Amino acid sequence: MTVHNLYLFDRNGVCLHYSEWHRKKQAGIPKEEEYKLMYGMLFSIRSFVSKMSPLDMKDGFLAFQTSRYKLHYYETPTGIKVVMNTDSGVGPIRDVLHHIYSALYVELVVKNPLCPLGQTVQSELFRSRLDSYVRSLPFFSARAG
Amino acid sequence: MSRPAHRKPGYHKTNKDLFVLTYGALVAQLCKDYEKDEDVNKYLDEMGYGVGTRLVEDFLARSCVRRCHSYSEIVNIIAQVAFKMYLGITPNVTCNNSSRNEFSLILDKNPLVEFVEELPTGRSSLCYCNLLCGIIRGALEMVHLAADVTFLQDRLKGDSVTEIGIKFLKKLDKKNIGRKNEK
Repeated sequence: MTVHNLYLFDRNGVCLHYSEWHRKKQAGIPKEEEYKLMYGMLFSIRSFVSKMSPLDMKDGFLAFQTSRYKLHYYETPTGIKVVMNTDSGVGPIRDVLHHIYSALYVELVVKNPLCPLGQTVQSELFRSRLDSYVRSLPFFSARAG
Repeated sequence: MSRPAHRKPGYHKTNKDLFVLTYGALVAQLCKDYEKDEDVNKYLDEMGYGVGTRLVEDFLARSCVRRCHSYSEIVNIIAQVAFKMYLGITPNVTCNNSSRNEFSLILDKNPLVEFVEELPTGRSSLCYCNLLCGIIRGALEMVHLAADVTFLQDRLKGDSVTEIGIKFLKKLDKKNIGRKNEK
């Protein structure tokens, strides 16, 4: 079980942060294109899911799964989106994504008046704390499973 | 000195007086910088807007409120959760019109004006707490709601209560036409 990578987007589609831990295959397109593709796909899936839902929506789109990986999604009312790709065996991790939002992004970036919003996060503290946090997760193993 | 067991690590209480006096110093400096009350009010509102756009993230991170489905739910959350969390007070909420998009927050106590008895002469139009209006406006905008937020009444100006008016304008996010209210 492992974590492959993580994206953080803001409400305008700007990719605030990207981290990679175990990614054996790249997308084959430049990183900027990849972020746009990811954001566009998420936007469409969210709207599709809410439109086609046979019941009243509660939390909306949560995750999708393939035979090799699972993409987990968390969005705040302010449009901040946390996307994490993990192994297929990993269960719901909404609380993990919420922690990344509240204890890392909000505490280290939003509350720092010297960190400009709406662009890639430059804070080294954020990057390293996020890295330590992900490595400490119970479903993260140093060797890709 | 032992810490009470229920305190969350990292959220130690700061002396409230320091905060209130700092706010007062901010307003006093703006009064020195700008002659006209309208300008001071405008800059307080702008500064508040900048605070609000960030504060809303902290609020959402700490309070885990569920989605709201009406303006009155949102205003109730602002009064009962947000004001309580940041200022320790719970204003009363009233709805001012039948189309239910204009509301008021009636502030019984206001910690920001604890040391202010009345406005100085020559500053009769000063909205001392205008930062709060900007904060609310900025926070609402980040959840795709446009609103006009102003002081309708102010005890410092001689009115009987302090009243903040929130008037919701049309929704901001054009991409989400047809979606229900989100917060």
